[in-house]
Amino acid sequence: MSPDYDSIVSDRAYVDHAATTPMLPAARVEWLRQSEQVGNPSSLHAQGRAARRVVEESRERIAEALRTRPSAVVFTSGGTEADNLALKGLFWARRASHGATRILASAIEHHAVLDPIEWLESSQGADVRWIGVDGLGRVRLDEVSEQLVDGDAVAVCSIMWANNEVGTVQPVHELARLCRDAGVPFHTDAVQALGMLPIDLGDLGADAVTISSHKVGGPFGVGALIADPRTQITPVLHGGGQEREVRSGTVDAPAIAGFAVAVEHAVATQADRAARLTVLRDALIAGILELVPDARINGDLEQGSDHRLPGNVHASFPGCEGDLLLMLLDAAGVDCSTGSACTAGIPEPSHVLLAMGVDPALSRASLRFSFGESSTMTDVDAVLAALPGAVARARRAGSLASQAG
Amino acid sequence: MRVIVAMSGGVDSSVAAARMVDAGHDVVGVHLALSRKAAASGKSKGCCTLDDARDARRVADMLGIPFYVWDLSEQFTHDVVDDFLDEYRHGRTPNPCLRCNEKIKFAAVLDRALAMDFDAVATGHYAQVVVGPDGPELHRAVDATKDQSYVLGVLSAAQLAHSLFPLGADVKEDVRDEAQRRGLLVARKPDSHDICFIPDGDTAAFLHRRLGSQPGDIVDAESGAVVAAHDGTFAFTIGQRRGLNLRVPAADGQPRYVVDVDVESRTVTVGPPTLLDVDLIEGVRPIWAGRPIGPAPVDVIAQVRAHGEPMAARARLLEDCLIVELTDSVRGLAPGQAVVIYDGTRVIGSATVDRTRRVVRA
Repeated sequence: MSPDYDSIVSDRAYVDHAATTPMLPAARVEWLRQSEQVGNPSSLHAQGRAARRVVEESRERIAEALRTRPSAVVFTSGGTEADNLALKGLFWARRASHGATRILASAIEHHAVLDPIEWLESSQGADVRWIGVDGLGRVRLDEVSEQLVDGDAVAVCSIMWANNEVGTVQPVHELARLCRDAGVPFHTDAVQALGMLPIDLGDLGADAVTISSHKVGGPFGVGALIADPRTQITPVLHGGGQEREVRSGTVDAPAIAGFAVAVEHAVATQADRAARLTVLRDALIAGILELVPDARINGDLEQGSDHRLPGNVHASFPGCEGDLLLMLLDAAGVDCSTGSACTAGIPEPSHVLLAMGVDPALSRASLRFSFGESSTMTDVDAVLAALPGAVARARRAGSLASQAG
Repeated sequence: MRVIVAMSGGVDSSVAAARMVDAGHDVVGVHLALSRKAAASGKSKGCCTLDDARDARRVADMLGIPFYVWDLSEQFTHDVVDDFLDEYRHGRTPNPCLRCNEKIKFAAVLDRALAMDFDAVATGHYAQVVVGPDGPELHRAVDATKDQSYVLGVLSAAQLAHSLFPLGADVKEDVRDEAQRRGLLVARKPDSHDICFIPDGDTAAFLHRRLGSQPGDIVDAESGAVVAAHDGTFAFTIGQRRGLNLRVPAADGQPRYVVDVDVESRTVTVGPPTLLDVDLIEGVRPIWAGRPIGPAPVDVIAQVRAHGEPMAARARLLEDCLIVELTDSVRGLAPGQAVVIYDGTRVIGSATVDRTRRVVRA
């Protein structure tokens, strides 16, 4: 049974859970409760020890939920920092120990992975090999195997657990095994997978895994890199060494407490949530195809947790500009996303869709709807009620542009 | 009405948006991203920087209206910047703000808006739309020093029917005061004057960078002598006096001006200001704000620059060519500039200057 979200969820249809989620009421309670305490977790006195205890208990709860050891949990300011720490930290450490400079990563990674890699390439001498994906957005394992032949030359391989735009689930267990066999550190960004797919990090055997709090009903501003203490990672932030000498900075104990509650809940209820959201997802997909017959659903349409995130619907509407569709749906009370990164609100064509071979014009004609904990069939109905009118108007606007062009 | 307000992040469009909200319209704010590079780097001082987008967004927040950034950088590059370069390449002197109004603000934006069932686009321009016997009319703003009817002279009657200029009846200082009173953060922001894609204001350097070096001679109109060399005709516009770097002074010791630019032979001709006096203008590509004029000459007011003097003239239309005979001559008019003709304060239409006739002196 879902917690009560009435105080957060308005009369709008919020279908952008891949961007952020409403805070789980129990997580908020814990977050607020801890915010009433004073004490730096690094202080030695009683109140410092109390704060430290909150952090350590949270670490244990998160580790247990994810089936890993508490010492593997390194708290960060969020997913982006965890990804930066994994990429830069593993690269620098492996370059120092093995002289390895090669980075393997899929072409459809989140910008929090892509951008650090591009920075390592442009300023740190990294030799980047981008791994392609098929038309469904799944990485080509044969390309990974090929690049792993000379494992000693590879500093790190990073491939996301599930894609944030089109929801395609990657074969991370196989990737982790291939990397392990080749002696190459493997990192995966599990930000979208957490709470949506079964996760057992002990079974996965990855060297580093990124998770984020606000994507699973926890507060903003906190995340973690899950990495065994034996994994060599060079710090990105220096200054105090609070988190295992790998990450410095006073940790946010109240946020971490809320994060732990959210992760526990997300993992404990994952199977139920996945089943429930799959129904919403499939209803929305069917409705879109019925109302807009020439719409195209991107990503993997097979059923099952190794195919598509249960809450993800990603569709292209030929002849429409995604940002105009978003604006029209916004006006109709639907909060969704074009699914692509923005600079000053300027939409770029999605690198994910381009990597999947989607035509650039069609890629700009796309929207992502993402369901989560608080979603109901009412949200699906609201999207489907608003969609035909929005598509018709966006198409009229789009046809002008193509005439003028 | 459902209205889109084009919000630059400046004082004028911010107050325009506020007034549209006050008037009870269903308002959506849109910031036009016209240059990707400027938006990303935030270095430009022009009209489309990150700061301006942020300012526009914050005003929209305060007004409680939805706000979006529309990326029109491709259209802008193609229709405005490339056209600007092309015009200079052909020895003409374009006005990119007019072009932007014609092709972007009141075409791309308005068309999109109407297609999406909006009723109108509002901007912070100083001009007035008045409903007349034949439909909407475009009139000069009350504040003559801010009047922007000239740069809106490229709007067709159909476009005017869906254009709103909420500031046309006000003077700039009142608009600033109103912004202050409303607590809009942009109230004291300076006016923008530069061409937005040339933030440093150095048009010649921009043209040189984009068009390359095309050296040629500067020739004296009276003696025929070569008086200097230049690096490209595009750096010169008829009527220009500065930056000529003439090696040979004029015989009469008087300043000389660019009187002709010949792209073919890469020759820039300089001469005394009297050679710049023009009393007949032939304009092409006429656009009518309402009922067009015909072949019979009519008395009009003509204006050839954004802040130029209104001049008495007689105008007629021959085929598709607008012929404007000025009562008194005007000095330094370059092909590519726009001539806008008025009936009193009402804009009749505009055309692009194609050829001019020099005053023949007795």
